[in-house]
Parts: sequence; structure tokens; C-alpha cells
Amino acid sequence: MVVHAEIRMVHRGGSKINFREPVITHDSRFLLCAAGESVNVYSTSTEEYVHDLQGHTDLVTGVVLNPSNHLQVYSCSADGTVRLWDFTDAILIKTFIIGYPIYSIYVSEKHGGVVFLVVPMANYKSSELFQLVAVHLPHSGDQEVEARELSAVLCDVSHHPGAASFGREGEYIAAVKGLQLEVFFFKKQKSYRFSLKSGMKKGAKNAFTCVSCHPKEDCIATGHEDGKIRMWRNFNQKKEYTYSTLHWHHGAVNTLCFTPEGTNLLSGGIESVLVHWHYTQENQKDFLPRLGAAITHIAVSPDGSLFCTSHSDNKITIIQSCVKVSAVIQGLVKGDGVWTNLIIDPRSKALVLNGKPGHLQFYSLHHDKQLYNLDIVQQEYIHEEGLDQFEVVKAAFDARGDWLATVEERRKKGAELEINLKLWAYDELTQSFVLNTTVTAPHEDRITAMFFSPSPETTMLVTTSLDGHFKAWLLADHSDANAEGFWACDFVGGYHLLKPGCCSFSADGSLLSVGFQEVVTVWSPASWELLTTLSQPPGAIRDLCFGRLSCSKYLLGASTKNQLCCWNLLTCSLEWSTPMDVSLLQTDPLSENIAAFCSQSGSSDLFVFKPSEPRPLYSQKALCTGKVQHAVFAPRDQMLESCEERTQWLNRSQLYFLTQHMDLLTFSTKTEEDRLLASSKQLMVDDSVAVTPFYLLLGKHRGQQLEKQEALTNPMAERTQLPQGSIAIKELLHTPAHVLPSASFLCAMFVRSLLISSSSAREEKEHEEGEMEREKEEEDSEGEADPRLGESATWGHPEEFGAPALTKAQERELRKVRTFDHSWLSSLLDC
Amino acid sequence: MGEFKVHRVRFFDYMPTAIRAMAFNAHTERLALARMDGSVEIFNFTDHYFQEKVIPGKDSRSTESLCWVGGRLFSAGLNGEITEYDLENLRPKYSLEAYGGPIWTIISNTQGTQLAIGCEDGTVKLFEVLEEHIQFERNLDRQKGRIISLSWHPSGTHIAAGMMDMIRVFDVPTGHAVQRLLVDRGFGGSKSQETVVWSVAFLSDHTVVSGDSAGKVQVWDGHTGTLVKTHLVTKWDVLALSVSKDESSVVAGTSEGTVIQFQFIAPTLHQQQDKEWVRTRTFKNHTHDVRALAEIETAIVSGGMDTHLVVRPLLEKFDENTEMAEITLAGFDSVLLFFPQRNLVSCAKKAGLLLFQFPGQLELWRLGDSDGHDGRNTVNIVDSFQTKGSDHICCSALSSCGGWLAYSTVSCVRIYRLQTDNNNISITKVSKLPKALRSAHQLCFSSDSSKMFAASSQSSVLVIALTQSECKYVHTLKPKSGQQPIHLMTTSVDGKWLAAANSDCEIRVYNLQKLKLHCIVPVYGSCPSAMGIHPTTNNMTVVHADQQLFEYSIVEKQYTDWSRKLQKQGLHNVWLDRDTPVTHVTFNPKNPNQVVLHDMHMFCIIDQSLPLPDQKTQFYNQMTLRSLSEQERPSHLHAFKICKTFQDLLCVSLLDDQSLVVVERPLLAITSQLPAPVRQKKFAT
Repeated sequence: MVVHAEIRMVHRGGSKINFREPVITHDSRFLLCAAGESVNVYSTSTEEYVHDLQGHTDLVTGVVLNPSNHLQVYSCSADGTVRLWDFTDAILIKTFIIGYPIYSIYVSEKHGGVVFLVVPMANYKSSELFQLVAVHLPHSGDQEVEARELSAVLCDVSHHPGAASFGREGEYIAAVKGLQLEVFFFKKQKSYRFSLKSGMKKGAKNAFTCVSCHPKEDCIATGHEDGKIRMWRNFNQKKEYTYSTLHWHHGAVNTLCFTPEGTNLLSGGIESVLVHWHYTQENQKDFLPRLGAAITHIAVSPDGSLFCTSHSDNKITIIQSCVKVSAVIQGLVKGDGVWTNLIIDPRSKALVLNGKPGHLQFYSLHHDKQLYNLDIVQQEYIHEEGLDQFEVVKAAFDARGDWLATVEERRKKGAELEINLKLWAYDELTQSFVLNTTVTAPHEDRITAMFFSPSPETTMLVTTSLDGHFKAWLLADHSDANAEGFWACDFVGGYHLLKPGCCSFSADGSLLSVGFQEVVTVWSPASWELLTTLSQPPGAIRDLCFGRLSCSKYLLGASTKNQLCCWNLLTCSLEWSTPMDVSLLQTDPLSENIAAFCSQSGSSDLFVFKPSEPRPLYSQKALCTGKVQHAVFAPRDQMLESCEERTQWLNRSQLYFLTQHMDLLTFSTKTEEDRLLASSKQLMVDDSVAVTPFYLLLGKHRGQQLEKQEALTNPMAERTQLPQGSIAIKELLHTPAHVLPSASFLCAMFVRSLLISSSSAREEKEHEEGEMEREKEEEDSEGEADPRLGESATWGHPEEFGAPALTKAQERELRKVRTFDHSWLSSLLDC
Repeated sequence: MGEFKVHRVRFFDYMPTAIRAMAFNAHTERLALARMDGSVEIFNFTDHYFQEKVIPGKDSRSTESLCWVGGRLFSAGLNGEITEYDLENLRPKYSLEAYGGPIWTIISNTQGTQLAIGCEDGTVKLFEVLEEHIQFERNLDRQKGRIISLSWHPSGTHIAAGMMDMIRVFDVPTGHAVQRLLVDRGFGGSKSQETVVWSVAFLSDHTVVSGDSAGKVQVWDGHTGTLVKTHLVTKWDVLALSVSKDESSVVAGTSEGTVIQFQFIAPTLHQQQDKEWVRTRTFKNHTHDVRALAEIETAIVSGGMDTHLVVRPLLEKFDENTEMAEITLAGFDSVLLFFPQRNLVSCAKKAGLLLFQFPGQLELWRLGDSDGHDGRNTVNIVDSFQTKGSDHICCSALSSCGGWLAYSTVSCVRIYRLQTDNNNISITKVSKLPKALRSAHQLCFSSDSSKMFAASSQSSVLVIALTQSECKYVHTLKPKSGQQPIHLMTTSVDGKWLAAANSDCEIRVYNLQKLKLHCIVPVYGSCPSAMGIHPTTNNMTVVHADQQLFEYSIVEKQYTDWSRKLQKQGLHNVWLDRDTPVTHVTFNPKNPNQVVLHDMHMFCIIDQSLPLPDQKTQFYNQMTLRSLSEQERPSHLHAFKICKTFQDLLCVSLLDDQSLVVVERPLLAITSQLPAPVRQKKFAT
């Protein structure tokens, strides 16, 4: 929609980081993984998010290191482009336009300038047939290059990225699909095919799942559905090919990976155990068990020191030398489904939803990071299909975040429903929730809605259930001061034995409305008096919500029969109604705005409106396919100051929603994106630690401290920083070579910048180290005749630096150099 | 198909004995197999693994090892004797005491001039192979401890000997031990137990491969005596090793019942140096110890305690012409041979008696009434003769009237007169037998029980006339040529014809009235596995080991039209792909069009009046036919009607009262009688 071009739907946070195999960089400092439409860069040592590589306009489907330059990566995406990045600085170097959606990418050192892509077969664009093509990447100075010369290598391959692998020195490529292994030799341009029987006889499922080639020897390892690993050898023979079988996994082998020297083979599957096979002694194997969830990908750093495993619960584990889990990068867990709504924790402002089975996860949207998991069910989870397990189905926070209420249920076929209501108190000491009360069977049937009263005076919980009642629960005041209070049922309400489907508190907590099928009842929680009933048949009430702030006199209800009604509570009459199939109503806690998701002909529409105004603030048709079931307004850290009318509703809070395919989407405005872009440019690179926002924060703080100290010790100091320690030189040294001007130009400048007088150099000392120390050191530095000696010392300790004096003129010149230096570098950074 | 009253017989407690040793003759493509009871079987691998010959065992004889020298077969056993077999007369030719205590192994050199045996007393004895005999030559240096296994270097200069805890390499010309390779003991509790080197293999590049009781397969350098590589393959014993002809592959059989293949493979495809032995495939076709192994060009043959022989094809035939190397493992099924491919059951069609043949005894049963249970009438005949000789029975026969019973061992033939009155059977031994009747490979009674035919040496058939009082030698039907023993005989109902088939695939038809050769059926390349003469038309139906089916008119001395039609159209692929041969042919006296055949897994009624199936028709169509309506049914009928209701069949026979006798020996019952296998941890138990 052209009108709303400034508002864009984006994946922000919560994207799948286990979608494709992660990549560890050559120096093992960074881990790169495809995450939604961008490539995330994490630090391997601190597991923190460093930055991301943004530019793709569709799902990123593969990341590989550029074999000819280890500081660059290729990424491919379903948008039909391959992009080359400098990952340390998050700079897009080149975009190659292929023109077909790409499903995976393979590169090999021997095939320089060629990438191998899996694209749909040209004739069958929509179907499930894929081919492996070689694309010669043209050399060109342009940022965007068309690379449309595709030459097919293998037809009918699997789009799964683990289903193909380059062999020793790129001489051949092995691809598996179904029951067939195909090995293509580039030199002879000949392929060999090996098929297995379907083998359903003994319950063995022979289908291939993944393949990996030994890096030094001609051996192909393939994983199979039945958990076997076959090691193929002599596969260039028609008759004498052979294979051996390794069997440990009881489920399918999801992924296989050889270590760079080929001494070990790593495999993983549903068992959540990383199996470490010794290549020559097949019956010896090591295990790294209890990794939490099924392993989907394994990657090894080029030096073989780090392994990382992707897991099905959107997690990447970094493992040091196969024995120790050194870091865990946890994304938003997307389990089998979300039964709780999306909730914002009032304390941490984290998004709360179902995480691991039986857990609630607290996910920080601002940092795109999981904060912690809260074990609600507190029962051992058994990894087996077909078991009925307890699941958290409802959760609610009270207004201040002191209380958390959860409902878990287990439904067995033909057995009674088991429901538990649990109330958790926030413990300031441990900074987490502690179980306070467990109510077994709070209702006789499934609980449909649960809310805390927002009023500050009382902490009250209301649950409605299909057994025809709603119950109010109160924290019982205990006479004994030592004992903690517990929760007890205060009131049981009902209306003509109808089944309540939803409930809502008014913003001040003075009114409770409960929807009993077609009838909306309004109660006063103070006296439990039925104040009024509102009804607009036909159609049962599906969702209810009160207006906020200036619109608090309105009560909105969505019914199943395509009606959205707004009642005025002062007059107890219908204010307006409109025919809409509203599946979800969500109020913004910080404004009057209400978001309504409508489902229409297989896709969802969004309307944002104020109950008092007839015209919607914002509407977006065909948001996504399927019904939107969960959405939440998350308050912003900083208010946006957008005066644009259409984007104003996004100023205070952001609307997040989950699509049917469990993608967490949000809306972003242009101003916001600009700000984000600007902030990402402030990055600096340091030798020792990968730059993370935390480091930047700390580093900035420390720098300020140092400046202060220096100002105290040397009030007369003209300059606070030495050229060697300056950002300019550092950036000059660390900027990638391809973006720097020519060396001859730089060299003169660089040498000049090194000519520094000792008068301009000031040691940075602690307060307690007095003048005596300083004098002594000055003497020392005077003793050093050779300026280069001092210079060499500066590399290690720029603070303890002494250099011969410079004249005023020289100094001025130097300053000129420095300003010049800054300008070109900053201009570079800005571009 | 018709309706039959079925006697389902499951009380034949036939128990095959464990396979102990195996030797493959690459020249003639025959596999010799020794079982625990001392019997030796010869399988023809060019002819669908057909069991060509069986040499019955003997109680005192135990075979530890078998060895071919040219076409001659030698065996050695723990009784300390070397035995050579007469493969034409199916009996041991001679036995020679080696004077070294029990013999564990016997091998020959590649030239076929010498035999070496490993003895309990620690000696390796060399024997010279002469034309008709073998002669002791000398001893190699005597060692402490028994010699368990031997392997001759292809050049004939060295012998590797597996012993307790070590392997010795002998220099044959001098007789001295030149290398002493110490084999590690097992880990843990088995540290105190001696390691037995169950098997060694000496390769032409002086590599020694050994398999031992600690579960290791080890590769040694025979020149330097150093260990090259150890593969720990099992917690239990590695019992057998076999090397392929080109020495690129070694298979090892373990106590767990697995067969593990090792291959000599270069790490990279293009340069063929630095090859090493890599463990590759694992085959699990056995539940018990694999005691005997042979790796032949296309397959791995294994056998062991669980009594069946497994032929596991290594690679499938593939089309050389296709540009892409399309390799399918589609037909990778192992061929499992469970039962002997000859008749152990004789059925008296008129009297309703069954005779079961065990190695050491015979059992006679009478079939019961249709509703009642089968009454058991065991007649333990052979027990009384155990004192006279410990030879096992090689064949037995029961006349169709139930009046006569005959059996033969390698040394004698016994004939008994059976008399049935009410429910009692009285047995009298016929005391006076003709002198000519010494031993028989096959016995057969004429349908009126007036004559008995005994297949004797050199394909000759003795005709014995039986009367109430005596047995009289009548004639010997002797062919002009032919050395091989007769393994099949059948007579016609009218008593005019006798057909005899021998291992050379020749089928001779004799005219019994004229007592002379009537004709020779055109020789087909595959051995006949079953044959029968039709009661009314005198057409002979012959089924061969390769599943081909012929019908030959004896009177007209030519193949019948139906047979020609069948050959022209070809048999259905499903029929040809079966891997057990047909062992019995009978005819339905009520319906002359019907021929009843059976193999181990099914029985089949061929209705010659119905159209033949072509390749496209569904072969097993009984279920489809049942679902069709009466009108549609005739269009789907074809001549082969297969019944798989009964499994593991030993005999299917049609009695004169139109009831079907089905003798089953369920494999599960055999398995349950085997000793317990080694304990193995199974996943999820």
C-alpha cells in the first residue's frame, strides 16, 4: 500500500536462528547465523549479539565464508540475491542478482569465483523440484551485479542445505535425496548414483537425511532416517564401491559434520546428544549429552577448536573442544504452539509466552535475547511422541508485576482433564518468581480467560471457565505476620448457566465485564453486584475490552457473527457496531488505541482505531496469511516523536503479533529505522574482545572516566589523547583494506602522525601516584634517545608513553593531519 | 484350485545340525560344507546353490576343517584322522591317523601338492598328496600349545599358524618358526584367559590377518612381525576369517552372528598407494556363532550354530551399457538355505503312513481320521542296530501300500516287512538280501510294491523283486557312461517306467518290462530337483534347480505341447525369483490336469487346462480372485495356483483319498531348540 509506505512490517527479534547452519569465522571470534531477513553476528566468547548484516528483503537461506577471503561471507536469500559482506564492519560489498529464489549455497576453495546454489527447476517454478547450479560471479566494480549465467550441475536435489557437500579439495560434490546418493566429479563431468532399498521390511527407514564429505580422504558420510550413518568409499567404482555402517542414533540423523582435519565425525539428532565418532576407530565414540533439544545443525570452526550446534528450540550452543559447552545463544523458543497470549512482563518489559515444554520464557524484545525460562509445570519432560504432557495454557501478570498466575492443563484421550492454577510471587532477592499457591482443579472444565484486576488497591484474579462459572481469587490476608499470604477463592459467579468465554477489567479495576455467550455482563468487583447486561445477538462474544484513558466509557466486544460492537457504559446502550470478523482485540495500555485483527478470506487485516472516533487511525489489509491469534502492544523504551498522523499510534508502543507460522512480526516506521541505522554505525573495533553493545557502553564509560582523571591530574593539558591511541589510527589500521585509499597516500600521512613531542604526551596515572613518580618517568623518557623505542612501547601500553618533544609548528601540523584523518574516515563511515 | 482335506503334520522333530566348516572350490564352484554330525554336503554355486550331494555322517566322526585339493575333498577332525571323500559314491574313501592328537585344521598349498594339518600336540604336519593317497612328509618345528588355525602363503614358502596367545610364521623348506607374533589378551576379566587365535589368513604381500577370542581382527606385517592395525569388532570371539580371491577384502565371522567385512582401500580415489584395511560392511544374518565362512567372488557364504547356510550377494548385476553408473541394491537379499533339498519324508499314499528319516533313526506314523487327532505310532527301527555300526542313514523309502520299508546307510541296506492289523504294526526284517545290494544312494518302490529299485554306484539301478517270502535280485540297469550318483528316482503307476536323475543332470528312463534303457531326456543345464510321472498320460514333469519346468512325454520321447508352450512364453519372473528349489512333484488322481509341486515356502497346483500367465499378470492372484465376482473370475485365472498358507514345508503329498498331507517343520521350533546365543545388549531392552 503506497499510502502507508512509511510503516513497514518487519521481523524484529524472535527470528529463527536455527534455520540454517551457523558459520564460525576463521579466527573463531564470531558466529554468523541466518536470522530472518538478516544475518546475525554473535561473539563466540561472550555469546553476545554484535550486529547484523541487513539488506536482504526475504528470508536468508544460507551463509558461507568466502573461501578466497576469510573476512567476507556470502549470504543467499529467497529474494533471489547472493550478497557478499564484510562481516566485521557489517558492510555490504556486493549484491549478485540471480533472479530465482535460492534455497542453499555451497562454495569450495577450488572453485574460486563460483558459488553453487540450489534453485527451483526452471520449468517447474512452483513445484518441489530443485536443481544445483553453478553461478560464475562476474568481476565488476558495481555494487549490484546481475549474475544470470547458471549452469546446472545436478538435477533433482533436495533443498535441504545438509543434503549436499563438497568432497576433498572440491573434486566432487555429493548430494542425497530420498533413497539416492549422487556423486558428481567435476573433472570427469561424470556422476555416480547409488540407491538404497526403501527397506520397510524390518522397520528400517533407509532414506538419506544428510551428507558430509571427509576433507582429506575420499570418504562420504551419509545420515539416514533410521539413525544409521553410512561411510561410503570407492564411490568412483561401478562395482567395488563399499560402505560401512555406524549406528548409535535411534532417531533420524539430522546432521553430520567432519572436523577440518577429518579425524572426527560429529553427528546429532533428536536425542540431543552430540556424538563424536573417531574416524579410524569407528567403534570408539564420545558423547556430549543433555544439550537440551534436538540438534538440527552442526558447524565446526576452521581451526577445529570450536563446535557449534543448532537446536530445534532456536538455540545455538558453542562447544569447546567437544567437552564443554562454553556459550549458549538462545533465540525465541518456538515450541509446538503458543497457548498463552503474548504478555508483557511489567517489570522487565519482556515478552512472555510458552517456551520450552512446560516453561514460560521471558524474552527481551529490545535486546532480541531470551532472559530466562520459568519452569511452571515442574515435571520431567519425556521426549517421546504420543505422550500427553502438561502444558501451560494461560498466564497473566498483575499491574505491577508482583504476581504471576499460570494455568496448566493436561488432556488425555478419554480421561479427565487435569488443570492446575498456580500463583507465583515475585521475589526481590532472587529476582524471580516463586511459587506461592497451587490450586488443583480450580474449575471443572477448561479455563477460557484469566486476568488480574488492574486496580492498585487489591490484587484480584478472575478466571472464567467452560463449566459456566467465573471465579475471583484474592490474596487472603493472614493474621500471622510470618507466614506468607496465600490465594483463595473469593467469589463464584455465573449467569443463567451460560458458559463464559472472555472477561475484561476496566482500566481502573472498578468494573469487570464477562462475556456469557451472547450476553455481556458487567459486575462491580467491590461488591460483586451484577450492574448491567448488554446483549447484541446473534453471535457469542469472542473478545471483550474496555477503552482506556479518554475512552474509558466504552466497552468493546467482538462476536462470532462478524460484529464488532461498542457500548457506552454511561448510557448502557450501543454506541456503534460494524460488521467485522474480529479474531483478536488488543488495547494499547499507554493510549486509547485499540488494535483489531480481522480474518478475511484466509488472510488477516489490521485496524487500529480509537473507540471514540469513527475513522481508523491505521489499517492494513492482507497482513499475513492465516488468522492472527496472538498480539501485544509492547511499550517503547524511548518515545518516538513522529508527527505523521498515520504513524502516531506507534509512538508510545509497538505492536507485535504472531502469525500462524509462528513468525513474530512488528511494525516499524521510517524514523525508527533511520535511528537504528544511525546507532549501528557507531561501532568500533578492538583487538581483544568482540564489540558488543555491552562493551561499547563499558568502554565509553571508562573513556569518560579516564578523561576526567586526566583533567584532574593535568589541568593544563591541551590534548587528552595520543595519536597512537586515537581512534583515527586504530580505525585506519582496522578498516578493511578494500575500503582504504591507496597505500602511498596513507603512508606519508601515517608516518607524519607518528612524529609526536613528549610535551603533548601525557601519562595517565592514578591519583595516588604523585608528582615524584611522574618526574622519574619523565627522566626515563628523556633517557630514551631513540624515538622508535618509545613508539614500540606504545603499542602495548599507550598510557605509559614518553616521546621526544615537538615544536609548536610540528604540533600544529600534526593536528591538521589528525583533523584531516578524521574527516575522511568519518565520511567513509557515513556513506 | 479345488478343495482338499488337509493333514497338517507338525510332529516331525527334524533338527538340522550346526555347520562347522566350509571350503569353496573356486575351480568347480562347489562349496563343501561340514556339519557337526560329520555329514558333508556339496553345493553347486553355478546352479542356484543346489545341494548336489550329501555324504552322511557317522557318530564317531567329527569334522573340524575341510579342504579341497583339485577336485578331491579332505577333512580332518578331532578324532585325529584325515579323511578323503569319494564324491562319486558319496562315502569316505579312506581315513588316515595323523598321530598328533586331535586335528584342528587342514589346509593345502595353492599348488595342490601338500597338505598341512595343525594338531593338538603343537605340531604342524605336512602330507604329500599322491594320485590315490596322501603320505606323511615331515613335521615343522614343534611348538608348545595347540595349533588352532593355519594359513599357507600363496607362494607356498611360509605358513602362518594361529595358536594360544600367539601366531607363528613357519618357513616351510626349513621347517623353522621365523616369526612369533604375540596376540594381546582381552580386557577386563578375560585378561587371565588365554587368547585363542581362531583363524589366520596369510596374504601374498606377507600380511597376516588374524581373528581371535578377544574379539579382535588384527593385521600384521609378516616380514617384520609387527602389528599394523587392530580392529576390535566384538566383545566375544572372532571365529572365522575368509579372504577374497583378489585379496582386497576379508570377512570375519563372530560369535554374535555378525559377518564383518574389511576392505583394502586407498584413502583417496585416484592414487592407489597407502592402502589400508578399513572395516566396511556388517551383515547380520545369524543369531548364533558364525563358524564357517567363505568369500567368493560375488557373495559371502556363512554358516554356523544356527544351522542355516546364508549366501549374501555382494553386488548386484548391473548394466554395463548405461552411461551413468546406476547401481541399485534392489536384489540385495540373502539367500537362506534351511532344509536339505532332498526328501526326508516318505508317504504311503494308499495306507496313509508317513516315514520320517532322522540321521540315526526312522519314525513311522499313521495319519489319523479327519476329525480326530493323528494317532502316533513310532517305530524305532534303527536303535536296535546301533551296535552294529554308527553310520547315519542316507536314504529311506516306504512302499505306497505301506507293506515295505527300506533304508540304506553307506555300508548296508535293510528291508522290512510291515504288517498292519487293526492298530498294531508288526515289523519283520527281511533277513536274506541279495549280495549285490550293498548300499544305495536312493531307494524307490514300484507302485504295486512288487519291485524295489536301489540306486547304486556309477548311476546303476538295481531291480529287486519283492515277494511275501523273499527278495530276489532281478537285474542291474547300467548306463554306458555316467559316474555321478543318482539323486532322484521315480516310477510310473502302471509299473512300466522308471526315471532316474543323477548329478550330471542326466535323466534316464528305463522300460521295466524290457529291463532296458528307453530314452534319455535331453540334458538341461540345471540339475533336476524334483520329478514325477503322470499316472495316466505317462508324461514326466521335471523341475530343475533354476526353477524351470518341463513336461516330457515318455511314450513319444519328446517334450509335450504344453511344455513347449510354457518354454516359448517363459515362466513368470516371480516364479523364477524364488530361491528354494521344488522338492516334490505329485499328481491329482481325480483331475489329470493338475500337478502339485512344493518348495520350502509354498505349494503350487499347476492346472494345465488354464492359460499360462504372462509377465504382466499378477502371479499371486488368490486374494484378488477371491474378491472378484463369479463372472469376472475366469478372465483372471492362470495355470499357477500358489498357496502360502503353509510355511517351512518338508513334504506335500496327495493321498489316494484326495486328502493332502502337509509336513511342516516351523523354523521357530528349530530356533527354540538351539542353545542360547551369546548375550548381547539390545537397545531399549
